[in-house]
Amino acid sequence: MTTAISVSGLVKTFGRTRALDGLDLTVEQGEVHGFLGPNGSGKSTTIRVLLGLLRADSGTAALLGGDPWRDAVPLHRRLAYVPGDVTLWRNLSGGEAIDLLGRLRGGLDPARRAALLERFELDPTKKGRTYSKGNRQKVALVAAFSSDVDLLILDEPTSGLDPLMEEVFRECVVEARDRGATVLLSSHILSEVEALCDRVSIIRAGRTVETGTLADLRHLTRTSIDAELAGPPPRPDYVHDLAVDGHRLRCQVDTDRLGTLLTELNAVGVRTLASRPPTLEELFLRHYENGGGSEDGSGGGADDGNGGGSEGGPGGEPTAAVVR
Amino acid sequence: MSGRVLNAPAPVATTPAAPGGHDLAGTGVLYRLALRRDRIALPVWVYVGTGMVASTVFSFRKLYGDEASRRTFAAGIDGNGSLRALYGPIFDGSTTGGLTAWRMGVFGAVLAGLMSTLLVVRHTRAEEEDGRLELIGAGAVGRRAPLTAALAAALTANAALAALVAAALLAAGQDAAGAAAFGLALGCTGLFFAALAAVTAQLAETGRAANGLAGAAIGAAFVLRAVGDSGAGTGWVGWLSPLGWSEQVRAFAGNRWWVLLLPLAGAALLTALARALVARRDLGAGLLPQRPGPAAAAPGLASAAALARRLQRGPLLGWTLALAVAGAVFGGVAKGVVDLIGDNRQMADVLARIGGRDGVLNAYLSSIATVFGMVTAVYAVQAVLRMRAEEVSGRAEPVLAGAVSRLRWAAGHLLFPLLGTALLLAAAGAAAGLAEGLALGGGTGGAVGRMLGATLVQLPAVWLTAAVALAGYGLLPRWAAAGWTGFGVFVLVSWLGPILQLPQGVLDLSPFSHLPHLPGGPVEAAPLLWITALTALTTAAALAGLRRRDLG
Repeated sequence: MTTAISVSGLVKTFGRTRALDGLDLTVEQGEVHGFLGPNGSGKSTTIRVLLGLLRADSGTAALLGGDPWRDAVPLHRRLAYVPGDVTLWRNLSGGEAIDLLGRLRGGLDPARRAALLERFELDPTKKGRTYSKGNRQKVALVAAFSSDVDLLILDEPTSGLDPLMEEVFRECVVEARDRGATVLLSSHILSEVEALCDRVSIIRAGRTVETGTLADLRHLTRTSIDAELAGPPPRPDYVHDLAVDGHRLRCQVDTDRLGTLLTELNAVGVRTLASRPPTLEELFLRHYENGGGSEDGSGGGADDGNGGGSEGGPGGEPTAAVVR
Repeated sequence: MSGRVLNAPAPVATTPAAPGGHDLAGTGVLYRLALRRDRIALPVWVYVGTGMVASTVFSFRKLYGDEASRRTFAAGIDGNGSLRALYGPIFDGSTTGGLTAWRMGVFGAVLAGLMSTLLVVRHTRAEEEDGRLELIGAGAVGRRAPLTAALAAALTANAALAALVAAALLAAGQDAAGAAAFGLALGCTGLFFAALAAVTAQLAETGRAANGLAGAAIGAAFVLRAVGDSGAGTGWVGWLSPLGWSEQVRAFAGNRWWVLLLPLAGAALLTALARALVARRDLGAGLLPQRPGPAAAAPGLASAAALARRLQRGPLLGWTLALAVAGAVFGGVAKGVVDLIGDNRQMADVLARIGGRDGVLNAYLSSIATVFGMVTAVYAVQAVLRMRAEEVSGRAEPVLAGAVSRLRWAAGHLLFPLLGTALLLAAAGAAAGLAEGLALGGGTGGAVGRMLGATLVQLPAVWLTAAVALAGYGLLPRWAAAGWTGFGVFVLVSWLGPILQLPQGVLDLSPFSHLPHLPGGPVEAAPLLWITALTALTTAAALAGLRRRDLG
């Protein structure tokens, strides 16, 4: 058994709303899989189907080799779940909630629990009602990471965490993967996904629009080129967002045309050249802003400002992610 | 509605904060928001209250058409301490209005109190608990605006109730001053409890606890009034209770308008207290102090059932205590029943319709056992709907993402409507029997046994009420609050049906109508068995629905 989660053609409607519209998702055993999508695209619905809380209208879903609806109880012994918005019992302390949630799936490791409380700087004696959003999230995270499970299902688990705690969270995910656990990480934080995930699925309006490794996904998209040339730049018609200023050329080029463009530039003579692979953010925006027809990247007009604006921000981290 | 005239600081909302005046900024907007959110619930409360008064006055007019029959009826009731304890004294039985004021005075005031409590807490503490008030508080909204808006909405609702009740009495041809006095007595009592709820909403941190505190106060007011009304020499106790004030207005019996000042002054004081408290505390915090909890869970907290026990044990304890106290009070005043002369034909007729047959004492005990059964049904429905609260809040989700089947999760909670109800009825029965035995001096052992039988025989009907609520939750989760509908129908039919002489077909709708009248009446197993069987069927259908449906 090498597939931890296998979902195909999943459909779920709520009244007239079609929350899932033929969604596919495959998560291999032992990988950290990023699950991306805008608000309301069906991430949480998918996760609830995987947890056996919702029953799909059609399509198939298999979880750790079992049926998430029929085999919910035995499957849940092998998984831990962290919701994006944790609500706790007002009159239970955080420590009690951690123990309870751990025991409900068959126990947790007390030593790891203690270490995690320390690392997440969580006071377990406070009552549920007094925790802030971030601290409630930590309660669920400590409970999940303290258990020895095969699968972690994390639904926007870091909402409300500060950057330091976000870092602790990332370490915990890496440790869980090193233990052999599979992780399904639904997230909005793209740097988090880029840093942690082996593969990514992007969904939109209840369908999967991209899935693959980050390198695969990058391959489908455009690279930004900023070149200083020896002479007047060429004006190829296959590039996007072309801007020419004297001998300077800036544009975006589909990754499969990159070689052609470089040959053409070389013919003029290149003084300096900066090329930047697309960030996940650009991938993401492209899928979300372009409406439906995003497969061949034909409608890139809306991306201009975003592509330029993001250069300063996440530019540093993606490079590191590519190395990983 | 009339409340809008009484409360008009609305224009403040848009003006920039002026020193001293911005405390109430936004009140008008919040007031309209409250009425908008309650556009269904509030009219239902008001119409139900009005409808009950109207049906009572019209049926009294039909049943006791001439003054002589009314006087005979009233004389029978008024000599009986136990009936006075349940409904209050009759101040003037010569008019239909006077009889209606007796029959619906306490009941209507309790209804107004509950309506006002739920209304105020829903728009103050419950909003704060859910975090919505934070969103509102971040706008140009004064610190005291939400509280003021909730109280203004309560004023509106109570004014509407008072006006419609008075109109209904007028329509039945009753004296205008008496009608106004009765309507105002109900409205002013409602207003008092609205202000009380405004204070409990400051003390408690959750809407549930705030409702619980205010509900306990209504219960205490009822018990105080019952003690005050039950016999000679205890009359002053009744003056300690807002429900007693409502009686002492004596609508249709002299109309003592000045008594209305008591609830109004009380409401003003409590409002001032709540307003002072709201400015003294942080948003989201209560005034009762926080204690840290244990860093680790006790070994026993290891299953969904253990969690359900932990969540449900507090309310169960509170309810048990309340029912034991109520049992003791109502058992203790049973002595008044034996003082009643049994040759009053109409009286015996009415008593027979209220409950049992063999002897007035048994009829009284049997009717209070029915009351305990219905009160326990409130607990049962509430305990069932706790599951829905867990689901809606998202707390059930991580539990069910553990190795916990839905049935096991539900079973943990359902233990309480199943066995907790038995505990409540046993507490009420034992306390009532003990108090009755002591008061009558006839030996406590037999009395306790008799009353335990009388209260525990209510269990099948209580269970069926809970099962109807469970069916709502399992099969129609969106309409789970409709679980209260079953309860409402059962109570209205059994409580008011006999005295209104509703047709038997309607009375048969309520399982409480089919129970043996204990003590004294014959015990037939058949109704108990089929009610239990119906409960089992309904529960099975509800659980099948719960297993199949989407959660969350």
